[in-house]
Amino acid sequence: MAKVLVFIDNPGTALKKSSLELLTLARSLGESVVALNGELHDDVTAAFGEYGVSAVLRPSVRDLNDYLVAPKAAYLAAAAQSTGATIVLLDNSPEGKEVAARLGIRLNAGVITDVVGVDADGTAHKSVLAGSYNTACKATTPVSVLTLKANNVTPEPAAAPSAPEVVTVDVPVGSTDAAARITAREQKVASGRPDLTDARIVVAGGRGLDGDFGPVEELADALGAAVGASRAATDAGWISHDAQVGQTGKTVSPQLYISAGISGAIQQKAGMQTAKVIVAVNKDAESPVFEIADFGIVGDLFDVLPQATAEIKKRKG
Amino acid sequence: MKIIVLVKHVPDAQFDRHLNGEGYTTDRDESILSELDEYALEAALQLAEARGGSKAGNQVIALSMGPAGAVNSVKKSLQMGATEGVHLTDAALAGSDAAATSLALSAAVRYLNQDAPVDLIITGMASTDGETSLVPAQLAERLGLPQVTFASSLDVDGGRLVARRDADTSSETVEAALPALVSVTDQINEPRYPNFKGIIAAKRKTITTLSLADIGVDPAQVGHAGSWTAVTNAEERPPRTAGTIITDEGDAGIKLVDFLAAQKLL
Ligand SMILES: Cc1cc2nc3c(=O)[nH]c(=O)nc-3n(C[C@H](O)[C@H](O)[C@H](O)COP(=O)(O)OP(=O)(O)OC[C@H]3O[C@@H](n4cnc5c(N)ncnc54)[C@H](O)[C@@H]3O)c2cc1C
Repeated sequence: MAKVLVFIDNPGTALKKSSLELLTLARSLGESVVALNGELHDDVTAAFGEYGVSAVLRPSVRDLNDYLVAPKAAYLAAAAQSTGATIVLLDNSPEGKEVAARLGIRLNAGVITDVVGVDADGTAHKSVLAGSYNTACKATTPVSVLTLKANNVTPEPAAAPSAPEVVTVDVPVGSTDAAARITAREQKVASGRPDLTDARIVVAGGRGLDGDFGPVEELADALGAAVGASRAATDAGWISHDAQVGQTGKTVSPQLYISAGISGAIQQKAGMQTAKVIVAVNKDAESPVFEIADFGIVGDLFDVLPQATAEIKKRKG
Repeated sequence: MKIIVLVKHVPDAQFDRHLNGEGYTTDRDESILSELDEYALEAALQLAEARGGSKAGNQVIALSMGPAGAVNSVKKSLQMGATEGVHLTDAALAGSDAAATSLALSAAVRYLNQDAPVDLIITGMASTDGETSLVPAQLAERLGLPQVTFASSLDVDGGRLVARRDADTSSETVEAALPALVSVTDQINEPRYPNFKGIIAAKRKTITTLSLADIGVDPAQVGHAGSWTAVTNAEERPPRTAGTIITDEGDAGIKLVDFLAAQKLL
């Protein structure tokens, strides 16, 4: 059976949904082994067991977090070699993709990013050119490295739980020599709202909000949604850059995307047009966002959004 | 300082883009300098200018790998202010994936390193066609350089660079010794437009054309043959079609909630 190595970086005290998705996919492809970086909490160990992981690897050094990417790739390459893994799975975060990039060179392995599904023979599926094509691609090398987009696999525990053994992997000497060092780190305050990349519903606002994100936030909270934004809104400083959806922001694929006061430029569409249902509210009937909206409202968002919020609250009682 | 900026010639995203032919490669008609590489070029120009510009010996070399038309991206880079241009072009390069691209680019960088060492390689955060962000990290790995990716600010001081980057849960300050590779986001600056003076000056600047033979790369290592991934199928997604559009007559908020309820999204 193929060995599938899953990289899980700093899970903290509980595995994220996207990590459970990686473990579920890994199990469908072969025997799953985790290469962990960071602390290993009891609850996380238990979750690995529930998801049928056969072994958990940990790096021989504890300072991987002090550097950017390169030493993590060196560790993961050593982990892949020591386990004989033929598939390595990582999350699709910017850092996940870069670890994958360097790992690919170290292992002479093809790297495929933005993967939404993998067949039993290792063929990966992804969409390209801002969602305009669905493609199938495959590494032509003995090992393949894949980064999986969140929300494309339903997390499912294994039929029979496992008791993973914990093994230490030697990080090659000199891995940190040519690496950039992180000299300061400021934690960001969590909003308490769902994480944008894996939220089921996203309410996003643009320049039309004119500096006031209130109506978007209130509708988001009524729906239990994450808040997104166009680049015009993040550039204006109305909301943090983390909220930006689009080509140079986050790509989201929620069940529902509500776009308010956003024109729908190609770079914005690139980040949201794979949403299941798109709702748009815009004053200008000519806005390109209406070309892709399932339900479009030509109107003033300052009237439409608060009315919808009040109606949702009323119906939910 | 000697800075190389990677500039990619990509299909203009304002038009429909297509995958064609063997291995479903991107149709490169109507291509332009990738917008995201303009930020890289601007960052390089600012570093060079802060050190006295080309008069003080600072070089900003725009390097593009691509078919004949890619020279236009090099030309635009020269118009914006790059001091010289390099166009790596060879029929065998067509269809290269990130691994093969980074291999060819690493050989080109080594070639340019011969007369005077390169201090810094600056790239955009991703290409606007492949969108993988793999090439900068793979190039850094192949050259054994520290990489500082997704920099939203960049400063160089005495052989070290200091950058800021924004991760999901934190903002970081990072440092690396030169030579290094940096990819910059679209937050880092406002790229300049080529002005008349720049356009005239560009005509006198040199563009060096390099082939695979010049940089010592075996054609079998690049292109479809040398790539480590292959596209086995590509299907155009049916474009999204517009649904119902209504004009607010004072009750659109309620109609919106009706729609959500009907879609079982409440
Ligand atoms: C290299 C590059 C990368 C980019 N990356 C991204 C990206 O990742 N994400 C992104 O979003 N953009 C990105 N952009 C920018 C993109 O091209 C657009 O400029 C941006 O999306 C516009 O934001 P907007 O729709 O909020 O603003 P505008 O285009 O100004 O649109 C505002 C809209 O609000 C409407 N409006 C105004 N007032 C109201 C009201 N009261 N009620 C209802 N509607 C109202 C207007 O009719 C208008 O349609 C990028 C651009 C470049 C060049």
